[in-house]
Amino acid sequence: MIGNVITWLNDPAHWRDTRLMTGIPSQLEAHIRYCAIALAIAVVIALPIGLLLGHTRKGTWLVTLANAVRALPTVGVLVLLVVLISPHFTGRTDTGYLIPTEIVLILLAIPPILSNTVAGVQNVEPAVRDAAVGMGMTGSEVLRKVELPCSLPLIFSGFRSATLQVIATATIASYVPLNGLGRFIYDGLAQQDFPQMIGGGVLVAALALVADLLLGLVQRYVVSPGISGRFSKKVVAAAGPITADVVQAEVATV
Amino acid sequence: MIRFDSVTKTYPDGTVAVDSLSLEAPSGKITVFVGPSGCGKTTSLRMINRMIDPTAGTIWLDDKDTSQLPATELRRQIGYVIQHAGLFPHRTILDNIATVPYLLGWDKKKARSRALELMERVGLPTHFAKRYPVQLSGGQQQRVGVARALAADPPVMLMDEPFSAVDPVVRDQLQEEFLRLQSELGKTIVFVTHDIDEAIKLGDQVAVLRVGGHLAQLASPAELLNEPVDAFVAGFVGRDRGYRALGFSTAGTLSTRDEETVRLGADIPSGSSDGWLLVVDDQAEPQGWLRLDSIPAGSSTVTDAILHRGGTLARQGGSLRSALDAALSSPTGRGVVVDGDGRLVGSVTASQVLELIEGREQVRT
Amino acid sequence: MIDRIVADSSSSSPFYFWGYFMDHRHQDLAWLWDHVYLSLIPVVAGLIIALPLGYLARRYRWVYPPMVSVMGLLYTIPSIALFVLVPPVFGLKALDPKQVPIALTVYSVALLVRVVADGLAAVPEDVAQAATAMGFGRLRRLISVELPIAVPVVAAGLRVATVSNVSLVAVAGTIGQDNLGRLFDEGKNLSTTGPYYPPIVLGIVLCVLLALVFDLIIVLGTRMLTPWRRVVIGR
Repeated sequence: MIGNVITWLNDPAHWRDTRLMTGIPSQLEAHIRYCAIALAIAVVIALPIGLLLGHTRKGTWLVTLANAVRALPTVGVLVLLVVLISPHFTGRTDTGYLIPTEIVLILLAIPPILSNTVAGVQNVEPAVRDAAVGMGMTGSEVLRKVELPCSLPLIFSGFRSATLQVIATATIASYVPLNGLGRFIYDGLAQQDFPQMIGGGVLVAALALVADLLLGLVQRYVVSPGISGRFSKKVVAAAGPITADVVQAEVATV
Repeated sequence: MIRFDSVTKTYPDGTVAVDSLSLEAPSGKITVFVGPSGCGKTTSLRMINRMIDPTAGTIWLDDKDTSQLPATELRRQIGYVIQHAGLFPHRTILDNIATVPYLLGWDKKKARSRALELMERVGLPTHFAKRYPVQLSGGQQQRVGVARALAADPPVMLMDEPFSAVDPVVRDQLQEEFLRLQSELGKTIVFVTHDIDEAIKLGDQVAVLRVGGHLAQLASPAELLNEPVDAFVAGFVGRDRGYRALGFSTAGTLSTRDEETVRLGADIPSGSSDGWLLVVDDQAEPQGWLRLDSIPAGSSTVTDAILHRGGTLARQGGSLRSALDAALSSPTGRGVVVDGDGRLVGSVTASQVLELIEGREQVRT
Repeated sequence: MIDRIVADSSSSSPFYFWGYFMDHRHQDLAWLWDHVYLSLIPVVAGLIIALPLGYLARRYRWVYPPMVSVMGLLYTIPSIALFVLVPPVFGLKALDPKQVPIALTVYSVALLVRVVADGLAAVPEDVAQAATAMGFGRLRRLISVELPIAVPVVAAGLRVATVSNVSLVAVAGTIGQDNLGRLFDEGKNLSTTGPYYPPIVLGIVLCVLLALVFDLIIVLGTRMLTPWRRVVIGR
């Protein structure tokens, strides 16, 4: 079976768009596009709110609510919204499927970003914040110049977690049906073409790994070495997506 | 000059942190707030730069009412040093020190060269400039904290237990250097500590506060030791008051006796008047005592390994306390006295010092 | 008006989900039960596997970084990709129902190893040393001292793992595995002429309830195992 999968992946016909099947690059591009839109919107919403909540230490109910969203079955909500919205969009466009999908993706991406941002800001050491205020920084200066840079590791790990969730769910969106790498999985399933189905799985896994790797590299360069402790002899495992989930759970315990 | 005018701080649940505090911290001097936990010393300090706002009363900073100035502007004129330094972990040491100058809009180059200057001033090697706080030890971080407070050259400095979180050896060093710095800079400093010895060592003036935020006594360290105003202050100042007070009286020029000496590295002499010899080096600086009847077999020259190092040294013109201590700690009962350069002057006995002390007592009473 | 809709078996309204449930009781309960054990077994198995691995990562410092990297890698792979990749790797046929619990166990292990390692690391050094000084052997110390203290962190990870699993199991419903996810499949397939909500809503409601119940059980279990925490917080 593994051999068949490799053959399928190597077949140049699968890398072109044909009348029968959209090629791998197009699906990849579509997948990335859907994810990027959702992540951008989620960041625009969740980051400022998270910074504000963390700085003023109010509104923890919002974070708990955001975490409760995790209990929703994503497939279910996706199907619900598609069934609700797509009849209003007739014709050959994807929009009827795109809108509910994007809604679900955004709803998924907000909790990790929001709760990690709040946790990151709140975890800045009290002595550091006290010193900043005592030296005469205004509230917004403290936020911009001290709290934000110091909470970058957690914010990043929240973003990485959100990215992975979004990539994973965008795959499922092919079920509803939408384009994207999940297309190979579901079409493969429908046609009992298992090399295609598993090939799709390989592609999705590869995308997720590459994305996480890239984000990890960006994190290394953006976060100040004073915080990541890059030079110290102590081995510090970089805050990754798993941290994000546990931080969320701990925050929700409150 | 900082003046507290009937300053009170009460919290909504009824606790009175500071109760009608009135005192004056003179310009160019170190005023120490000291007292047990809950006496309001930190609260009072933080009301000066309005980290906490008073419920009643006014705090004056050189004839300006601090409540009338915008808080951030006020704080940029006051240096602030806290217990765990609170250095920004994401900035280099240099940028940490230059924080307030940056806030005030100084030219970046100017701010950085000022920061380098201050690093030298507080005794930090300049190659630390590009390092991050996490790479520094506790004592080094505290020095950065002090440098940071001095960066914009504020006339006033507030220090909240700045040396409490480091170990005693480092703390002593930091205290000595702090005194040296103050002698060069002459800032108006308000210093909070829970350690009465630190208060006595550093303060020009000490304010002892009682639980509940009352001022028990405001006096110079010597006066505090000699004349505590009530039982609380007496108890807080602690034991050995008489002995510690000797630290504030000079011995004047001590009349010393000559000592028999032997050079380091010379042959061991056969005898001396009482079996002991003082060992000095080539610059006539005392190194230790040599006991003639307990020299290990096989030694023929005077070396480091066979010396007794029991005694402390008293400086000519130093305090009565150091003179008495030199005599008490010496294995021969004779305290070694040196001049300003560390060279041997002679020795003095405990009874000589006590005579001096009693002579003073006679004069006082 | 609502009771008429609820009772009307031909209704496609979202509020009809209870009626739909009554009509398809056996099927739905069977799927519910499938969902329960498909969610729980991976977490339990995952914890059992993660405990020794996490302990090793803590005990031998050099193990921690590579272990965390590998686990991170596994966790990064999207769930559905993991589902379809398990059969070839484990030599199963392409749509074997066993792929779900296996894949989810891998996921749970990936999450929990780091959680266990960090939870054990959260034990204050002086506590561990005091225990050794009092004569606790290494294993005894682990069981009586370190694990109990690590419980809150591990419990937080368990909550994440369990609640995620409920949602992930439903995803497997889209590739034909038996669980509550099939309700969504039904709803979608029956929505050809117009939206048919009942099974979809039912599926969502049941999944949420399941997630909440599991979460509650873990929280209560944690409270019982850590009575000292309650005393501190309830001032």
